[in-house]
Amino acid sequence: MNQNLKKINIYSIYLGAFILILPIIAFFINAFSFRWFYPQLIPKELSMQAWVRLKLIPRQGNRTLEGFLDLWATNPTVIKALINSLTIGFVVTIVSIIIALPAARVLGLFNFKFKKLIIFLMVSPTILPPIAFVLGLNINFISLGFSGSFFGVCLVHLVPIMPYVVLTLTGIFANYNPDFEYQARTLGANKFKTFYLITLPAIAPGMVVAALFAFLVSWSQYLLTFLIGAGKIMTLPLLVFSTASSGNPALTAAISIIFIFPAILILFFTSKFVSGESSATSGFGKI
Amino acid sequence: MGGDKTKIILSITPPLLIIILLFYGGIFYGLVQSLGYQPAIGKYEINLDAYYNILFSERYAKLFWTGLALNLWVSFVSTFLAAVLALFAALAIRKTFFGKTVCNFIYSLNLPMPHLVVAVGIIFVFSQSGLLARMLAQLNIIASPGDFPVLVKDKYGVGIILAYIWKESAFFFIILMSVLQSLGENFEELAQSLGANRWQRFRYVILPLVMPSLFSASIIVFAFSFGAYEVPALLGVIYPQMLPVMAFEFFLNPDLNARSEGMALSIIIALIVMILVIFYFWLTQTRIRKD
Repeated sequence: MNQNLKKINIYSIYLGAFILILPIIAFFINAFSFRWFYPQLIPKELSMQAWVRLKLIPRQGNRTLEGFLDLWATNPTVIKALINSLTIGFVVTIVSIIIALPAARVLGLFNFKFKKLIIFLMVSPTILPPIAFVLGLNINFISLGFSGSFFGVCLVHLVPIMPYVVLTLTGIFANYNPDFEYQARTLGANKFKTFYLITLPAIAPGMVVAALFAFLVSWSQYLLTFLIGAGKIMTLPLLVFSTASSGNPALTAAISIIFIFPAILILFFTSKFVSGESSATSGFGKI
Repeated sequence: MGGDKTKIILSITPPLLIIILLFYGGIFYGLVQSLGYQPAIGKYEINLDAYYNILFSERYAKLFWTGLALNLWVSFVSTFLAAVLALFAALAIRKTFFGKTVCNFIYSLNLPMPHLVVAVGIIFVFSQSGLLARMLAQLNIIASPGDFPVLVKDKYGVGIILAYIWKESAFFFIILMSVLQSLGENFEELAQSLGANRWQRFRYVILPLVMPSLFSASIIVFAFSFGAYEVPALLGVIYPQMLPVMAFEFFLNPDLNARSEGMALSIIIALIVMILVIFYFWLTQTRIRKD
């Protein structure tokens, strides 16, 4: 009986994996077949039309390197949104790490008054929904002139990202021994050299994970960008949302594939680091 | 010591300031506006009208209470099912078998996937002319799209629940896998040698060991699904409507008077989430004390 049970077990895992991957299959079929009518299961012909309409791939006969460059030089909406998403993601990730590093070090290495209160204040945005603060903030940002600006969008993205980066880095510094730094200093290394040669290598793996997931949180952000961007800052999630609401499956699928690409890439490179115990994983609840 | 103190204050202030100004500042401003203080349209009075309107007025009360019921239903059901499915998957996938690495990757695939994309994927698979309906049509089980049940944009929130199950089961899965890995199989083997059967090993050995992590992950998932906007906005209907979508629509209403109601609604959502989290901490604290 055990042999049979094992077989059932394995087949149900395969079935589960198949069901889980159905949406991804549907994305690819939709993106590469322009007229996929019910009840066809497999489209009758492959088509690049969705990508041509999004101005990501030139028309047939024009698909040379020059054709691609000429097309992309016309600055199609998807490329614009892609560049915006990437820029905001990079800026926010770097800024949040720079701001969070000293705080995380202090929180991880020292005990002091009000530490618990500070951690509580810092962590609360990970549990409370964004809608709770962004409606009020929106009106403030309008009167400050931040609304509809690149700066305003980056600033508001820091709210969901900051707690999570501080938490992850605090966890790393809690297991970090600063004595090596003192040794380096007594041996004559200056502050910069000590950081570069001692501190950085020790915290690098955790920092990379924190950075990747900070980027991913910013990359996935819809509501905050929509409200604070005030229609002037177009990012990929905004484009996916509006295309999905207008109901063209081929276009939606094509943009979605571009949108999920970095996510899959990041999972691929970090699957080693990701475990339930690291505070990095809990950040995923926010994406 | 004085140097340390300055260092601590200087290091903590920047991130704390961002959270206090933007997050708490936003909540505070929302709270003030929900109390009717809107200088932009010449309102300076403080009152509870917006809360009263939402909770009791003929115009909004029905909308709110059905929305709250839908919110609780969607969050409870999706959190519970995602946790249960992930638990079974994690237990089944522990043993070595052909294709384990690939299966592991697929089961974690939805972890970094944006909610928005998962919602679109659910439309592609579960709508009446979606992938699943086409598969059933090929098998001659259904004839026309109308024979396939309405699972997306339905009034019971099935599509929303499906999207959250898809997405959050991966989150539960990763957490459970690492807990199970760190526990090893010693406890189970011990129980087996003492004569515990399959069910008993699950019920009295595995379940108590994974429960704490499962429970805290559930809180994160529940709180998220209770307050998130994208998924219900894409997969929901106009009535009944989940509260975050309702709040946002009040807020976007060209009638600026509805703004107070939108703010009040967002404050109510935050309050409910807060109460649930506090209740959770109280529950775990008392349980720890008992143990």
